[in-house]
Amino acid sequence: MTRSGWFWVAVGLLYFLLPLAATAEFSFKDGDSYSFAAYREIFDDPQFRDTFFLSLKLAIVTIIVALLLFIPTVYWVHLRLPQFRPLVQFLCALPFVVPPIVLIVGILYVYNYQWVPGKYLGSPYYLVPGYVVLGFPFMFFALDNAFRAIDVHTLTEASQSLGAGWTRTLWKVILPNILTGALAGAFLTFALVMGEFTMASLALFNTFPTYINYIGQTKANPAAALTIISFGITWLALLGILFVGRRPGRTAVQVGGGAR
Amino acid sequence: MPFLAWAAAFLLVPAGALLIGAFRTQDGEFTTEFFKDIFKGSSLDAYVKSVEISLITALLGGALGFLIAYAALSPGAPRLLRPAFLTFSGVAANFGGVPLAFAFISTLGTVGMATRALDAMGLNPYDHGFTLFGFWGLVVTYLYFQIPLMIIIIAPAIDGLKAEWREAASNLGATSTQYWRYVGVPVLLPSILGSMVLLFGGSFAAYATAYALTSGHIGLVPLKIGELINGNVLSDPHQAYALAFGMVIVIAVAMAIYFVLDRRASRWRRSVQ
Repeated sequence: MTRSGWFWVAVGLLYFLLPLAATAEFSFKDGDSYSFAAYREIFDDPQFRDTFFLSLKLAIVTIIVALLLFIPTVYWVHLRLPQFRPLVQFLCALPFVVPPIVLIVGILYVYNYQWVPGKYLGSPYYLVPGYVVLGFPFMFFALDNAFRAIDVHTLTEASQSLGAGWTRTLWKVILPNILTGALAGAFLTFALVMGEFTMASLALFNTFPTYINYIGQTKANPAAALTIISFGITWLALLGILFVGRRPGRTAVQVGGGAR
Repeated sequence: MPFLAWAAAFLLVPAGALLIGAFRTQDGEFTTEFFKDIFKGSSLDAYVKSVEISLITALLGGALGFLIAYAALSPGAPRLLRPAFLTFSGVAANFGGVPLAFAFISTLGTVGMATRALDAMGLNPYDHGFTLFGFWGLVVTYLYFQIPLMIIIIAPAIDGLKAEWREAASNLGATSTQYWRYVGVPVLLPSILGSMVLLFGGSFAAYATAYALTSGHIGLVPLKIGELINGNVLSDPHQAYALAFGMVIVIAVAMAIYFVLDRRASRWRRSVQ
């Protein structure tokens, strides 16, 4: 490799690592020495636990809904309805054109008091439909890649000629074969929901990211600690994808980035 | 298909409603007032600023991302660099929002680590007109996800550069500059520009980082929309719908450009696969 090559590699590493090192140092800072005080303060805060587990629950519900929507859809597009592919693909790329801020303004405009059953209006699960939409590209492209790698027709025919119905075929034959893709989509959706600030903030719900922002306005060192925790969550999600066996270079699904 | 119903209910209908809402008054009458308003005064300033910041971060992020990707992913680089850079990039590209703002406050804030280091060298950026909480501060912060995003998007194009082309060029007596001038750049340019358009869209849509870093005061379009929807300002939400509609138009134009560029870029990709 040339000297200028090494220079750019060094620039890349520095840009990536310096903010992390600075944040980590700041989060351990306790007066003139270092301690875990900032982390202890965060973990002792009941609001941390409430918002963290709320975001966790929202992420899980979003993932379940998205998988239920997408596995049958992508299966069907591959098996019977390839003519629908352009439409599905278009709809799944659309969240790139309609940013979260626009999406939530639209959702708040349409689904206001007359439309939403009172039970859900004050409930943070109000956010789930929008989160599922934000996750469209991740889920679709992850599952689409997985389905592309298997022979859907042969598997389906084999399963059905052995007497399995549709549900059984999907659950026992197809799902195990596309599990990698489903998990990749799930991990990306997880990172997305755990970091999503825009929609939660505009709809006035207190999720984990809005809690981070609130701490940031009031306490500097605990905010740094939360930043490290949040970064750790992103790491875990991305390592999860690597662990379930996707090669990093091929993750077209990563394009589009996370919650901003 | 339940998927189509979901997409219609929570994507098409809200987006379509905004389109209609942008041309309506609170009483439901038709008006072009709000739409015209986005071309003047503070709304126009917000669009100009949003486009500026997106263009600058797309160009800088695209250029730096390409140089880093080319250095770390080209065949001559050590094998270990490739998975390391792609994984780091995946993480950094997905790391955004509020925590990103705090990470940069720890780094380049008034008492940040880099600021202290530069100050010790007598180069305190705050003595030279820089502030993290302004335009250029936001540019530096956005680059943290723009650069890795570029690395991920451009990686397939770099992999598509065939070693044979370089060998053929040098066998025919071409210098390195000539190779880049007549082979490398023409082949890669559509991919690079297309990727930059995607970066533009990502930064144009961003809300959380700018909100946390500048307390919502930097006057970008998304922040203005947020302010109109739940700020304490007594204002017409239809003004926000018009601004949101304008955002969709800008990104739609960017995406149209992307598709044209991507089609040109795919000519080379096809021959590679």
